Amino acid sequence: MSQTRTIAVAMSGGVDSSTVAAMLRAEGYNVVGLTMQLWNQRRLAGHEGIPESVQGRCCSLDDVYDARRVAETIGIPYYVVNHEERFERDVVRPFVEQYLSGRTPIPCSLCNNHLKFDQLLIVAQQIGADALATGHYARVDFDDQLGRWLLKRPSDRSKDQTYFLFGLTQVQLSRTLFPLGGMMKPEVRQLAEHHGLALAQKPDSQEICFVPGGDYKKFLDAYLAEQGETLPDTAGELVTTDGEVVGEHGGIHNFTVGQRKGLGVATGSPLYVIQIKGDARQVVVGNQEDLYSSTLRVYRTNLISVEDLAEPMRVMAKIRHRHEGAPALIEKSGDDEILVRFDQPQRAITPGQAAVFYSEDIVVGGGWIA
Amino acid sequence: MRRVYLDNNATTPVLPAVFEAMQAYFGEHFGNASSIHHHGQETRAAVERARESVAALLGCHASEIVFTSGGTEADNLAILGVVQPGQHVISSTVEHHAVLNSCKHLKGSGYEVTYVPVDGRGQVNPDDIRRALRPNTRLVTIMMANNETGVLQPVEEIGKVAAEADVYFHTDAVQAAGKIAIDVKRIGCDLLSLSGHKMNAPQGVGVLYVRKGTSLSPMLHGGSHERSRRAGTENVPGIVALGKAAELAREALVRGDLETMSRMRDRLEQTILSEVESAGVNGHGAPRVPNTSSIYFDCIEGEALVIALDLKGLAVSTGAACSSGAIEPSHVLTAMGMTPARARGSLRFSLGKQNTDEDVEFALSLIPPTVARLRDLSPIYNKKEAVSS
Repeated sequence: MSQTRTIAVAMSGGVDSSTVAAMLRAEGYNVVGLTMQLWNQRRLAGHEGIPESVQGRCCSLDDVYDARRVAETIGIPYYVVNHEERFERDVVRPFVEQYLSGRTPIPCSLCNNHLKFDQLLIVAQQIGADALATGHYARVDFDDQLGRWLLKRPSDRSKDQTYFLFGLTQVQLSRTLFPLGGMMKPEVRQLAEHHGLALAQKPDSQEICFVPGGDYKKFLDAYLAEQGETLPDTAGELVTTDGEVVGEHGGIHNFTVGQRKGLGVATGSPLYVIQIKGDARQVVVGNQEDLYSSTLRVYRTNLISVEDLAEPMRVMAKIRHRHEGAPALIEKSGDDEILVRFDQPQRAITPGQAAVFYSEDIVVGGGWIA
Repeated sequence: MRRVYLDNNATTPVLPAVFEAMQAYFGEHFGNASSIHHHGQETRAAVERARESVAALLGCHASEIVFTSGGTEADNLAILGVVQPGQHVISSTVEHHAVLNSCKHLKGSGYEVTYVPVDGRGQVNPDDIRRALRPNTRLVTIMMANNETGVLQPVEEIGKVAAEADVYFHTDAVQAAGKIAIDVKRIGCDLLSLSGHKMNAPQGVGVLYVRKGTSLSPMLHGGSHERSRRAGTENVPGIVALGKAAELAREALVRGDLETMSRMRDRLEQTILSEVESAGVNGHGAPRVPNTSSIYFDCIEGEALVIALDLKGLAVSTGAACSSGAIEPSHVLTAMGMTPARARGSLRFSLGKQNTDEDVEFALSLIPPTVARLRDLSPIYNKKEAVSS
């Protein structure tokens, strides 16, 4: 006797995850909708620079309302689970600390690793679900020959989210479904229409869910003020690659590698941020060519398609979400460290971002840029 | 799917006799109770009969009953209606949000508020209230029964403390009504709140008992309804329903129905404790209303357990229901000295008049195995097991 599979769907209130829920329901699964309450959008409202009312972001009451409406439309049970404490500890705090140490963090990857595919996956199992489905654009397959679960790029390359998913373990992948992996975004919207979902034309969310208006500097100020902490004074010198002091800056958290605007230095040729030296509070500036470099090291690595990196391997390496990927050789350079050598120098390699390695469509693994 | 509802502290179903009593007041008898004509006279009489019925439940005079839109409005009116600028209010850390946030509102407007603590069983010490009294204290507001644990507060003693100090005493009796006898004279309270939907009347109607001679300013301004204590055309069907529910509650108390409920609750509680390790009753040892049981399950996220049980047909709750649907650790349980983790691993079972022995059996067939499965999947529980083995 075969039992109908129960699948939990991580519902954000957006069109992608809503469509996933509707698709699986139509395919005859027992579907349970789950929304993670991760951040109280009202928490920082009223702090300087933070809007009094924040509309239409992740975890806002509006999104929970939308997700609930979808669940009701398609006829599935739906629950909100609160993981605010864990989100603050594992995502928001590290985000703040990374900026304060002169790095440029990616909170979405942390959220995937620590919340969506950890806490929520546990809840899904606890409530009796066989798998967790999300609206990510990615594919997951079991490869019989390798005996491993593989994470692969989706059909809709313009929506590829594999860069943010490099931290998934074999166990996590084995319990995860990405039903949109073979679909194009316009098809997803059509399908949402087909299932009678009112939010079929809802705009995509782009920004970091807990940073209103995308202004991370205002968020840092407001968050630290709320915590009763003051922004540490990291003001210091602007120096050239030769070490010549060419100006001063108001704090290293205002800069990211590759930045051109807001340096406050007038020179003949355009200047870019080349490096941020957190300990020395120095921001190193230089010209366009100085931005290029051929090697990087990643740590806190995760390998997906291979068990271990015994031999050096040829890959395409992506150093930021919007990076095309560039040919490189990767090799193990330490206990939990991989050295990446690009064939051609790459622009603005940024500490705090991830480097993710691909072999054609397959995600080999990745790590955090040191 | 069979569904059993053990969340009667959140809301109760309208009893058939109550529904029957109110039905005629939607269409047949639709008059405005303030109208002079026949239609108004009909509904006026119904409202006053309901008022007498509620007064009989509480042991007071009908003129002391003010109908409101619910328990929250009654609490707000009791607190905001008697306190003047510059005055002091004493409350407790385990009150319902209707009271806590009314006090918070006062505090934000420059009033003084003291929250007395509770002991590990969830009870307020009347001496703490005595010690918190100030020359400008105007009001003591302490609930009769807690919504999450069912623990009863020593309201009669608190009433004496308040009377000696000549300050007003309000008690939120929303979770006590229909579950234990309430006598406003014995309690010695000046103000007492009730909610219709916690006692088998519909949502949207409540009561504030206002002892004769209590100086109360209205919150809603308009007509002179409810002896100018609460403006607004009466919710006649709701009021009629509440009157009928009060009558049924009184009869049930006399008949001893609550002893049956108490036995069911005890069986549920004791069976869970005997079959599930690392679990216990919150408020154990304190007097409690007969329908409520709050139980902690170590190494469990309460919300996951609630969802897992709901998917199998059993409706229970983690504590106070939150309008956003998300859950925070209970302020009541943390005030009793529980760690946030244990508070989050607590479930509230609350029985109602409609529940049967079979319902309890059904709940008992689900709870121990579901707890076991959640623990099998809990990284914390497995770590603890590994350490202890």
